[in-house]
Amino acid sequence: MNVAAYALRRLLLIVPTLLGVTLLTFALSRLVPGDPARLAAGAQATPEMYEQIRREFGLDQPLPAQYWGYLTGLFQGDWGRSILSRRSVVEDLQTYWPATLELVLVAMAIATLVGVPLGVVSAVRADRPVDQASRLVSLVGVSVPAFWLAVLLQLFFGLRLGWLPVSGRLGSAFAAPPHLTGLYLVDSAAAGQWATFGDAARQLVLPALTLSFPALATIARFTRASLLETLGQDYVRTARAKGVAERRVVLRHALRNALIPTITMIGLSFGWSMGGSVLVETVFDWPGIGLYATKSALTLDFSPIMGIALLYGLVFSLINIGVDLTYGLLDPRIARGAA
Amino acid sequence: MSARGALVGAGPGRTRRAAWSPSERQRRALRRFRQSPLSMVGLAIIAVLVLVAVVGPFLVPYPDDAAGAVNIREKLDPPSAAHVFGTDQVGRDVFTRVVVGARTSLLAGLTVIALALSVGTLLGAVAGFFGGKVDDAIMRVTDIFLTIPDLILAMAFAAALGPGLFNVMVAVSLVWWPGYCRLARANVIALREAQFAEAARAIGASRRRLLFGHVLPNAFPTILVKASMDVGFAVLTTAALGFIGLGTQPPTPDWGVMIADGRKYLREAWWYSTFPGLAILLAVLAFNLLGDGLRDVLDPRARKGA
Repeated sequence: MNVAAYALRRLLLIVPTLLGVTLLTFALSRLVPGDPARLAAGAQATPEMYEQIRREFGLDQPLPAQYWGYLTGLFQGDWGRSILSRRSVVEDLQTYWPATLELVLVAMAIATLVGVPLGVVSAVRADRPVDQASRLVSLVGVSVPAFWLAVLLQLFFGLRLGWLPVSGRLGSAFAAPPHLTGLYLVDSAAAGQWATFGDAARQLVLPALTLSFPALATIARFTRASLLETLGQDYVRTARAKGVAERRVVLRHALRNALIPTITMIGLSFGWSMGGSVLVETVFDWPGIGLYATKSALTLDFSPIMGIALLYGLVFSLINIGVDLTYGLLDPRIARGAA
Repeated sequence: MSARGALVGAGPGRTRRAAWSPSERQRRALRRFRQSPLSMVGLAIIAVLVLVAVVGPFLVPYPDDAAGAVNIREKLDPPSAAHVFGTDQVGRDVFTRVVVGARTSLLAGLTVIALALSVGTLLGAVAGFFGGKVDDAIMRVTDIFLTIPDLILAMAFAAALGPGLFNVMVAVSLVWWPGYCRLARANVIALREAQFAEAARAIGASRRRLLFGHVLPNAFPTILVKASMDVGFAVLTTAALGFIGLGTQPPTPDWGVMIADGRKYLREAWWYSTFPGLAILLAVLAFNLLGDGLRDVLDPRARKGA
């Protein structure tokens, strides 16, 4: 099987999984103890208003009909309405997704740029103090509650030292840059608004650092283990035996192969960070999907939750396919094995 | 995790385990575990936490503060001899509430893993052992669960089930069983053709006996390693749901809820959020260390990942 056919098959397999996701979240949304229509109508609603809201959201239909309506709507770009914001879920997702994407991308960049070198140093100096220290950092990194770390960083760098802002995507003095990608760093740079760029970057520091920490720890641990294993391989011994400089042995011979499993881990961490962004966004009042999810869950507003689950399910599946394809590109043995 | 433990184990531990009598194997395993200082630290912390969770609530300095006591005159007092972790916005002793919260958190962590492990392992074992359509069906369901980020799915379940500690435990278990299902399935597939399974089949063991008497017990060590680490992450996840506001309801002390409450007084009372967070960190760290140590002992093949 060639790569294109493999990719296509994987893409097609996403469809039944995502259908399953819609069925699961739909079932959940109908399990909710409270009555969403009552919630939307408010305490002072007349019976007529209540009935109208039930009709408006299709809550007066039998369950299979409701599900079918939801499903056909999905394909027509109607992902339901948020009962509380009264906007369409698609609109809301379009508004909030770039904020989350920007946060996760920056966090993953930090995690990779710090995590991989940390893992390399750890493996090369295995069991020396540098290694012990970096393993301690990794261990704490995967154990620390992100929401607590976020609160501590806010307290220290925001409130005590006053160095960095503690909430939102932009300071009040700045307007959002002209919309291009929705990523403020990119949009402001493209528009040449460097002051806005600087402010957006400052706003990103604390949330991105918080979010990067668990991923950084995992990536460092993984790189270390993988490189240690590679360094024990015969071809590395051969390279050393023929007199290749140690630096070159590590960076050219061993690391290239050791990084293949690490790339899988980076891909997976990307998915986890999307989930983790819920907590970080909640603490830093970051107007992304995570904050939207929290607000919706707390008010039992299920259409947004269903939309978020579907969007994240899609992104997560695509990342997985991307990781597998990259894997094949980097390690020809695997691509050939699949043939 | 510990390099020293790994080195000690790397010699004889690598040879065929079946060559030893069980008692010999257990002795070696125990020694390997003891020689890994970090695992012992993890075990010690867990022992202290369990002790705190069991007897702590009877020994705390201000038992009334675990419930809804109000001492407004002492509100937001910094740490002192009378209140070592300070007090909260209604003057309750933070130390007392952190200690009592240990019971909630550990109970939640252990229950979640017990539920997820039993359901997941059973389904995974059945899927791996019987294969075919049963396997396909179960695996497609795990696909669905594993496609949605853990926390989002847990939030959805928690919201649908309604607030309260019990519902949170159920919600997190519902999110976590697929991990055990996958692991148990992979193990059972690898083991069902092993020699000992072949031997049992040859002497006429029934399929049920083969699966539950022979294959599954041999798959269990790997599952146990995952479980020991996951208890910590289950504590973390239930605390996270509490933090968001989808978990334990007041006045029951919960570490996540305390951090969320303390956030509102961050400027004037740093201690309020700090101590419950440290407690979570300590618990998660301890179970991680224990899991690393157990992996060295029970699952030597996976040790390279330390």
